[in-house]
Amino acid sequence: MIRALLRRWAVDPPLVTALLLLSAFGIAMIYSAGVLETPSPVTEGAWLRQVAWLGLALVGFTVASRIPARWYEWVAVPAYVFSTILLAATLVVGTGAGTAEGVESFIDLGFIRFQPVEIAKLATILVLARYLGSRAEEPTQLRRLVAPALLAGVPLGLVVLQPDLGSAQAFIGILFATLYWAGTPVWLLVLLASPGLGLILSFDTLLWSGYFVVLVVYLYINRYRLFLVESVALVLTNLAAGTVAQPLWNSLARYQQNRILVFLDPNVDPRGAGYQIIQSLVAIGSGGLAGKGFTLGTQKQLDFLPEQHTDFIFAVIGEEWGFLGTAVTILAFGFVLARLVKLSQDSADPFAGLVIFGIFGLWLVHIFVNIGMTVGLVPITGIPLPFLSYGGTFLLMSWLAAGLVVRLGHEEP
Amino acid sequence: MKATHPHRRRDRARGALVGLAVVLGLLLVQFFRVQVVRSSEYMLRSEENRLRQVPLPAPRGTIFDRNGHIIADNVPGYAVYVLPAPLDSIRHTLERLQPTLSLSDARVAFLMSRVQRHRPLLVDLDAPIEAVAFLQEHRGDFPGVYIEMQPKRRYHEGRAVSHVVGYLSEITAEELESERFQGYEPGQLVGRTGIERQYEELLQGRQGVRNLEVDASGRVVDQDFQGRVTNPAVPGEDLRLNLDLELQAWIDHIFPDSARGAVVALDPSDGGILALYSAPTYDPNDFVGGIDADTWAALNGDPRKPLLNRTVMGRYAPASTWKVATAGIALDLGVVTPEEHMPIPCTGGMWHNGLYRRCWKPEGHGSLDLAGAIAHSCNVYFYQLGLRIGLDNMLRRATDLGFNRECGVDLPQELPGRFPADRQFWVDVFGYEPLEGEVLSLALGQGPNDQTPLKMAQFYVALARDGSAPAPRLRAGGDPGHAWRLDLSRGAIEALREGLRQVTAPGGTAYYSTALEYWEVIGKTGTGQNPQDPDRPHAWFAGMAGPRGGEPEIVVVALVEFGESGSAAAAPLVAKAADFYLRRKHGIPVDTIQTLAEHIRAGRPAPWARERPTPGEEPGLRGRPTETRPARPVGGGR
Repeated sequence: MIRALLRRWAVDPPLVTALLLLSAFGIAMIYSAGVLETPSPVTEGAWLRQVAWLGLALVGFTVASRIPARWYEWVAVPAYVFSTILLAATLVVGTGAGTAEGVESFIDLGFIRFQPVEIAKLATILVLARYLGSRAEEPTQLRRLVAPALLAGVPLGLVVLQPDLGSAQAFIGILFATLYWAGTPVWLLVLLASPGLGLILSFDTLLWSGYFVVLVVYLYINRYRLFLVESVALVLTNLAAGTVAQPLWNSLARYQQNRILVFLDPNVDPRGAGYQIIQSLVAIGSGGLAGKGFTLGTQKQLDFLPEQHTDFIFAVIGEEWGFLGTAVTILAFGFVLARLVKLSQDSADPFAGLVIFGIFGLWLVHIFVNIGMTVGLVPITGIPLPFLSYGGTFLLMSWLAAGLVVRLGHEEP
Repeated sequence: MKATHPHRRRDRARGALVGLAVVLGLLLVQFFRVQVVRSSEYMLRSEENRLRQVPLPAPRGTIFDRNGHIIADNVPGYAVYVLPAPLDSIRHTLERLQPTLSLSDARVAFLMSRVQRHRPLLVDLDAPIEAVAFLQEHRGDFPGVYIEMQPKRRYHEGRAVSHVVGYLSEITAEELESERFQGYEPGQLVGRTGIERQYEELLQGRQGVRNLEVDASGRVVDQDFQGRVTNPAVPGEDLRLNLDLELQAWIDHIFPDSARGAVVALDPSDGGILALYSAPTYDPNDFVGGIDADTWAALNGDPRKPLLNRTVMGRYAPASTWKVATAGIALDLGVVTPEEHMPIPCTGGMWHNGLYRRCWKPEGHGSLDLAGAIAHSCNVYFYQLGLRIGLDNMLRRATDLGFNRECGVDLPQELPGRFPADRQFWVDVFGYEPLEGEVLSLALGQGPNDQTPLKMAQFYVALARDGSAPAPRLRAGGDPGHAWRLDLSRGAIEALREGLRQVTAPGGTAYYSTALEYWEVIGKTGTGQNPQDPDRPHAWFAGMAGPRGGEPEIVVVALVEFGESGSAAAAPLVAKAADFYLRRKHGIPVDTIQTLAEHIRAGRPAPWARERPTPGEEPGLRGRPTETRPARPVGGGR
C-alpha cells in the first residue's frame, strides 16, 4: 500500500530513488564538511538548513511532477522573459552571498535570497524546447541555429556580466543539448562552436592560424551544404574571436585570469589561485582507494579545502570515501543522466523530449565541470554539484527540474 | 525524416550515451590516477601540508662549582615563534603581537628581515608569563603563533661569576658558516664568552625537532603530531669547575664598588682556578632572552669597560711583584745564592754605565741578602742581580716561563703576556739594538713587560709548589699538565718565600693589612706604572696563604687599577679572600672582620697578633710614609 503510494508519488521510482540517495549523501557530506578542528559558523549547522531546503524541494518536486506538459509549454515564454528581467535586475540590485561573495548573483527579497540564474536556466530550457519543438524540420542549416543561439545568448550574456562563468557554461550546455536533440547534425554544432574554439586557440597565434586554415578548407569542401552568407559569417566571427581574445582576456577579473592560468599549471601561484586546486588534489589524492572515513578527512578538518560544503564538496567525498566513493558517486550520476537520455528517447512529444534532454545537458555540464575542477580536469569556476552541494535555491531548482523530467517523461500524450 | 521519429530518437540517444560514457569515463580515469596511482604522493603531501617543524631546544648543561653549587642552570621559559607563512601574514601577525609582547616597530622590522621560508621565526626568546597566558587564551586570534617551553639560562651569583661563565647570545651569520658551528641552526643560542663559549659543544646538547599539526590558517591544533618528535632533544652535558662559587661571591662582596681590577685565586696543588674575578662586572642574566639595546649600549659604552675580563685580558706592568721572578730566574741559573749579599750596598741608588740608577728609598737599604732584598724591594740589589743574569738569559728564561705567551687557561679570550722574546724585539718595537743595561729595568719588572693577573698568579703558584707550574684550569678533573718549571732547590724556594714572609711579617709593609688569626699570608706588593694616570699607579699584591708552618694552600693575586698602594689597596683583598677560603676548607666559621687592620678598626682584640700598634697610630696606614711612587724614569716601585 505505502509502496504503491510512494511509487505513485515518485512517478519514476528508479530516477527519484537515485536522486533521493544523492541528496541524502549530500546532506551527510555537508555535515561532514562542518566537522572541523576549529568550527566555523559558516559550515556548522549548514546540513540542517540543507535538510529544511530538501523538504521544500520535495514539495516543489511533487507540485512540478503534477503539472501537465502543456502548462509548461504555455509558461515557457513568460517565464523566460520574467527570469531574463530578473537576471538583468541582479546587475543593478544583486548582492553577493555566502561563498559566492564576489558574484552578485543573488536577489534579496528580505525574507529570502535566491539566485535568478537558477530559474533562468530552467526557463531557457523551456523556451528553447518550445521553439525547437514547434519547428517541423530539423535545423540542418546554420541560419536556423541563430534564433535558438540568441535565446540562450541573452541570459548567457547577462550572467557573464555578473560575472558568473560557471552558469555561462550551463547555458552553453543547455543550448547544445537542445539543438542536438532537435536533430542538428553534429558537424553543424561544431561549426556553431567554432568561434568559441577560435577564442580559446587564439592564445597561441600559430595554433589559431592552423585552426583557421582548417576551418576555411572545411567550409570550402562543404560549400554546397552551407549558404555563402553562413560561411562568410563563420569566417568573420572566427576572425573576430581571434582579435577580441586579447582585449577580452584583459577585461577578465584578475582572479578569473588566475584560475585559467593555474588550470594550466597550479604551481604558478600555489598560495593564491593555485591553492584551491592543489589543496583539492591533495585531499582527493590522499583519500586513496578507500578514503579516510566519514568525517575523518584531515585536509577538510584542518580547513585546507576551499568552499568545502559548496563547490568543493566532491573533494570531501574523495578524501573521506576514496576512489570507491568517487567512482560510485560518478556512476550514480551516470545512472541519473542515462535515465534522462532514456526518458527523452521515449518521449514522442518533441517538447517533452527537448526539455528532458535540455536538463540532461544542464546537469551534465554541472557534474562534469564541478567534479572535473576538483581534480584539475577543467578550470575552476564557481559551479555547484546538483543534489550534493550546499545551497537552497539550487537544490530546489534541481528537484523542480526532476519533477519536470518525471512529469514530461511519463505523460501520456 | 522527422526529428521525433523513433529511429532518430534512438540514434540520438545512442550518441548521447556514448558522449556521456566518454565524459564520465574521463572523470573516472582521472580519479583513478589521482586516488590510486598517485595516492601515496598526495598522502605525503597532505602530511607536509599540516606539519610544521619547530626546533625543540635542548636544555643546556648545568655548570657546578667545586663544591657542587650551581653556577648556571636552566629554568622554564617560553619562546614565542611565528610559523612559516607568506610575508604579509607574518607581518600582520607580528603587528598583532606588538602590544602583547611590547615589540617596537623597529623590532618588527628587524624580525621581518629575518624571516626564512621554511623556518619558524623566533619572536621572543623569553616571553613574560602574562603574555604567554594571554596568547594561549586567545589562540584563535593569533594564527601561526606558537609557544614552546624553552629552558632559559639562569646564573647564580651572576655578577660575581660573569667573567668566568660568560653569557649566551644568538648564533651569528658568520658563526653559522664556520667550521666550529656545523649543524647549528639560525636562532640557536651559543656561548658568547667565558665558560659558556669555551665548552659550548659540551654544554649545548643537540636540538630536537617537534612536529606541529596546523590547520589552513596556521593555528596549531596538535602540539606533538601523532606523538612524533622526529628528533628528541639531547640535553647538554653538565660541567664541573674548580671554581669556588662562595669564594667568588665573597670577592665580589669585598672588592670596593667603585674600583676596577682583578682578583685571581689558584689552588697550588693542581693549578685549579678557585676564583677569577674582574671588576667592574655585569650581570649575565641581563643577556638571557636577548639583552635589550639600552643595557647593551650602556655596557659597551661604559668607560670602565665592565665587559673586559681583566684577569686574562687586562695587561699591567707587574712592577715589584716581578722582582720575585727575577730572583727565581737567578736562583734557577745559579748566579746567586740566597745568603749572598750583592757587592754594592744600597745607598739610595747606584751608578751604571754613567747613569745613576735610583732605589725607591733615597736613604738606601744597606747591604741585603736575597730575602731582605725581596722584603724591602730593593732596586739596587735587583739591578746587580739583573746584570748577573744578563739580558740574553733573562729573555730566554722569561720566555721559557711563558711571560710572552698565554698561560693556557680554558677561557676563550686570554691575551698573552708582553715580554721580549729576544733582542730583536727592541729593533722591531723601538728601532734600536738593546744595550745590556736593558736588563736593569727588566729585573725590576719595568720596561716592555705587561702581564695579566692570571699569569702572575701562575708564577706564584710555582713558588707555592716545588717550582713547577701547572696550567691554570677552570674545568675540574683531567690532567692539567705542567706548563713549565723553575729548577729550584727546596732551600731556594724557602729563601724566596722568606722574602715574601718579611713583607707581611711584623714590621713589613703589608703586616696590618694581611695578618690573619689562623693563617700565614706571604706575598709581594707592587706599584705598576699606569700610562693613563702616572700619579695613580696600579696596585698589586701577589701572595699565598696556608696554615702557619705549613705549605701554602691558596695563591691569590689582586690588582686594583689606580689603587696606588699595593699594601693598602690590593693586599687586604688577598688576605681576606685567602682567609675566607681557608676557614671554610678547615671548618672554621667565617668572619667578616678578618685582617689585623680590620680588628683594630673595629676595636676587636687580636691576641694572636704578634705586634700591636702604638696607641693613636692608624694601623692601616703604617709604613705609608716610606711608600713612594716609582722613581722615574728608571727607578723601581715596591
